[in-house]
Amino acid sequence: MSDLRDLYQEVILDHNKRPRNFRVVDPATHHAEGFNPLCGDRLTVYLDVEGDVIRDLSFQGQGCAISTASASMMTEALKGKRIDEVEPLFTKFHDLVTTDGPLPEGLGKLSVLAGVRDYPSRVKCATLAWHALKAALAHQQSVATE
Amino acid sequence: MSAQLQTADAAFDVEAIRAQFPVLAQAIRGKPLVYLDSAASAQKPEVVIQAVTDCYRHYYSNIHRGVHTLSERSTAAFERARDTVARFLNAPHAHDVIFLRGTTEATNLVAHSFVRPRLHAGDEILVTELEHHSNIVPWQLVAAEKGAKVVAAPISDRGEVDVDAFVACITERTRFIAIAHVSNVLGTLLPVAEIVAAAHARGIPVLVDGAQGVPHLAVDVQALGCDFYCFSSHKVYGPSGVGALYGRRELLAGMPPYQGGGGMIRRVSFKGSTFADAPERFEAGTPDIAGVIGCGAAIEWVEAIGLDVVAAHEHALTEYTMQRLGEVPGVRLIGTAPGKAGVVSFVMDGVHPHDIGTILDGEGVAVRVGHHCAQPLMDRFEVPATARASFGVYNTLADVDALVAAVEKVRHWFG
Repeated sequence: MSDLRDLYQEVILDHNKRPRNFRVVDPATHHAEGFNPLCGDRLTVYLDVEGDVIRDLSFQGQGCAISTASASMMTEALKGKRIDEVEPLFTKFHDLVTTDGPLPEGLGKLSVLAGVRDYPSRVKCATLAWHALKAALAHQQSVATE
Repeated sequence: MSAQLQTADAAFDVEAIRAQFPVLAQAIRGKPLVYLDSAASAQKPEVVIQAVTDCYRHYYSNIHRGVHTLSERSTAAFERARDTVARFLNAPHAHDVIFLRGTTEATNLVAHSFVRPRLHAGDEILVTELEHHSNIVPWQLVAAEKGAKVVAAPISDRGEVDVDAFVACITERTRFIAIAHVSNVLGTLLPVAEIVAAAHARGIPVLVDGAQGVPHLAVDVQALGCDFYCFSSHKVYGPSGVGALYGRRELLAGMPPYQGGGGMIRRVSFKGSTFADAPERFEAGTPDIAGVIGCGAAIEWVEAIGLDVVAAHEHALTEYTMQRLGEVPGVRLIGTAPGKAGVVSFVMDGVHPHDIGTILDGEGVAVRVGHHCAQPLMDRFEVPATARASFGVYNTLADVDALVAAVEKVRHWFG
């Protein structure tokens, strides 16, 4: 049971139950849908970008606890950040959930998703919102994780 | 509670069955494995593993090719498997049975070689809302090419296919009907014989996707009256990558090849080629020889237990699961048709099926979560996905108890 608790930490269950920034940014400068055809998870990420700053960031959709909590925490982590901070943070986050190495530094609260690395079938859940965010910034309409 | 329920046949010894499945005797994440994913793929008994191994160890060679001893032995074993499948389905003759890669290749073959030449713009292919993607997409591919369309007959909220409602969807443009024998998500048993009779009265041929029928029921293609019936070996305790298509002989005789290659020809020249009769015409290339032999061994194994005994055992498991899961607050059963075969789908308030699956795995309980290759059916029930427990002959009432205990744990965590 302890190893499952590593995956479903209280913080994750809380973000699943009460996702932050679970709304539509309107008007949005960028938005994109992320879709995981394997499990049917589907969410849309909305941004309001001014200059190179993410003034607002939100999401809506339907997914498992891991994808919902990850999306929720991503919006918290990136609101107010510069666009050029997205890619380095995503790289670290991707390492967090996919590698066996030491946990990357500087991820803050996102580190609670480290448990995903022991569940390869759930990596796409954790990264779905990030892929949608990157697609939105690249002005793509949608992205599928397979 | 388990002790209150007995399976129909007192002589049936599930522990003796389980002992024949090496994979079942293991722990997953520290808990005894409870395998409830047989509708995705069934585990393999020792006798099947042995049949495949024996082929490779003692007599493997290509079939229908050589005059040497090993080729003759392999060919004989391969054709014996064809006899076994024909007997199992009660096909009139072994030549009516084509070995393929599985149900999916069978529906694609029929779409290409039977339906496509008969289809014109505006024609319709009729299926039901509960079909697996492999009984939807092959028809869509040929329909798109010909300007025809695929029409889905409705199902009830309990997941039943009503014969009258189905027949009401038949139009003068309906050229072909393709239906499941048993739903892979709902467990519903479809009224196949009645639908076939109504279709034939209108001159419409019918294919039955038996992927979930063959593991759970005694199948008689002549009694069903269907024109085509297909299944996959791996869902009936045989190797994966192998399946079979039964087709009515007069239909097979008129069908062009699906793939060209070795083994399916009569005479090849650069002026043109002529083709062998069924089944060889539809078996281009070297097949999965050991897999087909393993498939035959699996079917003989199931026949020895008796499909009626298997069906009764799985019925008891299904009923018990419906009852126990139905008592858990927040659980909603998807598919409540009477007489379901071996499959129980469910969703839980406030918990995504993916999370159910992961937490159940932590308890050693293997279920399938997702859309089960039936996205239109998920839309029908307005759910993104379901969790699905499905049974094989090796499952026990204690397995169901473990499932329910694990589901209670999910509820506790997400409550």
